[in-house]
Amino acid sequence: MYTAEFDYKKVSSVADALAALKAHPDAKLLAGGHSLIPTMKLRLASPSALIDVSSIPGLKGIRLEGDVIVIGAMTTHRDIEHSSLLKDKCPILPEQAALIGDPMVRNKGTIGGSLAHADPAADYPASMLALGAKMKIESSSGARVVTADDFFVGMFQTAVAEGEMLTEIHIPANTKSSAYEKFAHPASRYAIVGVAVVKHADGTTRAALTGAGASAVRLPKLEAGSISSLVSAADLLSDNFASAEYRAHLVDVMAKKALARV
Amino acid sequence: MAEKMFGKALKRVEDPRFITGTGNYTDDIAVHGMVHAAMVRSPYPHAKIKSIDSSAALALPGVIAILTGKDLVGAGINPIPTGWLLPDLKISAHHAIQPEEVNHVGDIVAAIIAETRAIAEDAVALVDVDYDVLESVSLGSTALAAGAVQVHPEAPGNLAFDWTIGDAAATDAEFAKADKIVKLELRNHRLVPNAIEPRASLAEYKRAGDEYTLHTTSQNPHIHRVMIGAFVMGIPEHKLRIVSPDVGGGFGSKIFQYPEEVIVLFAAKKVNRPVKWTARRSESFVSDAHGRDHETVAEAAVMNDGTLLALRVNTIANLGAYLTTFAPAVPTYLYGTLLNGTYKWKAIHAHVRGVYTNTVGVDAYRGAGRPEATYVVERIVSTVARELGMDPVDIRRKNFIQPSEFPYQTPVALQYDSGNYEPAMDMALEKLGYKALRAKQAEMRKQGKYIGIGVCTYLEACGLAPSALVGSLGAQAGQWESALVRVAATGVVEVLTGSHSHGQGHETAFAQVVADELQVPVEHVVLVHGDTARLPHGWGSYGSRSAPVGLSAITMACRKITDKAKKIAAHLLEASVEDMEHVDGKYQVKGVPERSKSFFEVALMAHLAHNYPADLEPGLEATHFYDPKNFVYPFGTHLAVVEVDADTGRTKLIRYVCVDDCGPIVNPLIVEGQVHGGVAQGMGQALLENTVYDASGQLVSGSYLEYTMPRADDMVQLEIGHTVTPSPHNPLGLKGIGEAGTIASTAAVANAVIDALEPFGVRHMDMPFTSEKVWQVIHASQLAQAADD
Ligand SMILES: Cc1cc2nc3c(=O)[nH]c(=O)nc-3n(C[C@H](O)[C@H](O)[C@H](O)COP(=O)(O)OP(=O)(O)OC[C@H]3O[C@@H](n4cnc5c(N)ncnc54)[C@H](O)[C@@H]3O)c2cc1C
Repeated sequence: MYTAEFDYKKVSSVADALAALKAHPDAKLLAGGHSLIPTMKLRLASPSALIDVSSIPGLKGIRLEGDVIVIGAMTTHRDIEHSSLLKDKCPILPEQAALIGDPMVRNKGTIGGSLAHADPAADYPASMLALGAKMKIESSSGARVVTADDFFVGMFQTAVAEGEMLTEIHIPANTKSSAYEKFAHPASRYAIVGVAVVKHADGTTRAALTGAGASAVRLPKLEAGSISSLVSAADLLSDNFASAEYRAHLVDVMAKKALARV
Repeated sequence: MAEKMFGKALKRVEDPRFITGTGNYTDDIAVHGMVHAAMVRSPYPHAKIKSIDSSAALALPGVIAILTGKDLVGAGINPIPTGWLLPDLKISAHHAIQPEEVNHVGDIVAAIIAETRAIAEDAVALVDVDYDVLESVSLGSTALAAGAVQVHPEAPGNLAFDWTIGDAAATDAEFAKADKIVKLELRNHRLVPNAIEPRASLAEYKRAGDEYTLHTTSQNPHIHRVMIGAFVMGIPEHKLRIVSPDVGGGFGSKIFQYPEEVIVLFAAKKVNRPVKWTARRSESFVSDAHGRDHETVAEAAVMNDGTLLALRVNTIANLGAYLTTFAPAVPTYLYGTLLNGTYKWKAIHAHVRGVYTNTVGVDAYRGAGRPEATYVVERIVSTVARELGMDPVDIRRKNFIQPSEFPYQTPVALQYDSGNYEPAMDMALEKLGYKALRAKQAEMRKQGKYIGIGVCTYLEACGLAPSALVGSLGAQAGQWESALVRVAATGVVEVLTGSHSHGQGHETAFAQVVADELQVPVEHVVLVHGDTARLPHGWGSYGSRSAPVGLSAITMACRKITDKAKKIAAHLLEASVEDMEHVDGKYQVKGVPERSKSFFEVALMAHLAHNYPADLEPGLEATHFYDPKNFVYPFGTHLAVVEVDADTGRTKLIRYVCVDDCGPIVNPLIVEGQVHGGVAQGMGQALLENTVYDASGQLVSGSYLEYTMPRADDMVQLEIGHTVTPSPHNPLGLKGIGEAGTIASTAAVANAVIDALEPFGVRHMDMPFTSEKVWQVIHASQLAQAADD
């Protein structure tokens, strides 16, 4: 289906984007468009305007600031997949990026768009939690930083409020070893279950789960050393392809596989 | 001697235009003044239409007209007929736009005609339809049960037909003698065809002459012309031109005459502008005819030594809400007649009930009936082997029809004219290294790794024929094919064929045969198809008929050309026709190469007729209508190897060997391509694809987020072989290969999965073998084991 009619505005700075958001409260930010445009074509969303933030110069790229890796929100999956800085200091992100969609999706889709969209089956949310990442959120009244633990609020819901935008992702450069294990839906290839495990330089292990429930969550039992019955089926999604019981079982299987690699 | 083209792996001449985006598909065509249609479809599986308020939609700038079912009925537009009549068939009117009641999600209630497609789609949301929602039914057996929701008043108990084949008493007698009876309940689930090009139609109407042209995605434009012209709209055939340009896949789904074609034709006249409609993918899911959907109980009577005695089959075939073009034929004559497979059953009896439900119509889908039959036969034969402790290969070898036994009359009407099953099976076993792999399988099981080997020794009947026979069975169509071969004055050859290519590579393979027959360079041959204004009447492509029927017609027409060319050359050379021979692209006096005329010289003289035989018509063209004497009977052995991950249930194909016998091969590259695609589709059914209607009648698998089409990484490199057993009754001995892959592979893969799951006590489970289903049975078996220990 075609999308409903909308206005389109391309902006080149965060300030312009925020101003445009203020002027069109019914508008949506457009990053890679690979989640937003499909929803618009299905007419599940019909924003009056799109504010294209994908080419704001400061929001693209990956850099090291001291012991923090800073990723601009408009960095594409492809750039993450091929970043030598990330391969060296935060290999779980390139590992995940390579598992997202197909080359077309990876060339256009962005990490910021993915995190802001908070699809329950998206990959990055698991690693964000396991890495202990922080998200920089800006609005016309200034910037704030929230931890990944506070960022994912629910299904398609994040800490980004109306009039705000996600501009940067901050990741401690302290990965000792990491692994991501994804059990993909055979059709959509999104995660039915994705388990990320990161061992940090300070000796702690963080683990998180995506796909199985309404939003990504930490896996406290795994972090405490348990390897079975990590989650309760009662907390998980259920659909035609995978029941909650099956998902709960897969969490254990994927966790075991990930643990074997860290 | 010119190089023989038959058997050469020429690259397809059509590929450059497809690959570079210069094909000419219906949606690529834009004509002056064209407007666009969008359909308002029912969100309910079953409802009465109380009222339709289109005022808001009509008020939208750019909306030109809104059509309802009442408009069409009022204008005398008839319902769409079915093309195959069984005795006592209960037919319910299939209106292009429903005037009163909708019967499946996706049924059309109104059509918007607007200046742009975007406006038309905006307007769809503004049409306010007031429905009285009724209860619905989507499963065949539920629809047949007492007290079920009634879909159509014309079909009490939702029974469209009740059909049997075979000798019930003889079957009972064999069952009485049997050492053992093996019973299986099988569900052959529903599939969505998913041609890569969505359906599209563009209608033009010319007031001068009262003439219509419809460009549409059709596998058989003449069938569309007959149905729309003679039955639905009452347009004389010479005033209705159907053009089916490049078509991106059909798999059966583009055989049928669909509502949207009628709607755009009607609208084009009404608004006096050309009207185009192109399906969105989500519309394809709820409006392209679906495939399969059988519930079957099969019983085999066997002896302890593995002798197969008799087969009893009881099938409920879900036909959906309306009978589409060939729907009644598929679960009857294309299914029941194939239940004999490659074996010497002494008796077979099949009972099929066709049932209406509130779902999309079910009709021919690649293989059409034969995959369903093959699935029943090959699953039950493998199950018999398992229960008798025999190897699945041995039971087949023991029961095969032997080469000396042809022609072989089966208990279910068909007479197989040829076959030689063991060499194909042996070649496949050899390629796989069957014995060694069985040993490895046993070894792997000890380590908790589970592979399975599936055997399928299929047979299929394609090139449905002869016309008189299929007519006696209810077909409202002939099953011959036409060819017109026209040689231009310069010697280039135009071949007009009633066959239709929608991905099969006819432009290449057909040209190869013509090049050999006429001894002309293959580049001088051009194929024309898909246009009723240019071709003699033809019946199109489906049922793997293009090579055995269409190419036979072309061959015969070429031979008429050669006969005539000999006469012209003989005249020019002042020789007698009997002394002429056709060698090296020349017509020459036998053994005297210096006394010869080239094809060009002959063609030129045929057009000039300056120095010409007195009793011969000028011109060099020939038409042939070829009606085969029988079906053709391709066969072969497919062996699938799957691996099941016991932790997750994920099941993957890891090897696939296929040896097919499609007779002599015109172009091995094209044949391999057909096998690849067919195997991918059949494997897709077994492992991935699933069409799910939920309890409320909604199609919940109606997008690619849910519906799993096979992808490259789901496939393996096929290990392909061939044996060659020509058809005894057509000029080149050709058989079909378009569907063989699909017919064989579903059963081969299913048998492999059940074989892999043997250690978990699995005797049978229904497809598709998605990971949770497989894990659930493994898990249950492990729990039972744990409880035992
Ligand atoms: C075929 C296909 C397969 C896919 N497979 C996977 C997969 O396997 N795993 C996976 O994780 N994802 C997958 N995706 C999704 C893909 O990763 C998307 O690119 C991603 O989810 C969204 O990123 P985007 O840049 O395209 O965002 P957009 O689609 O442009 O935007 C998504 C949403 O975020 C909002 N938004 C965008 N940028 C910002 C911002 N800076 N601040 C606040 N809000 C913002 C938008 O307004 C919109 O609501 C797939 C997509 C497709 C089409």
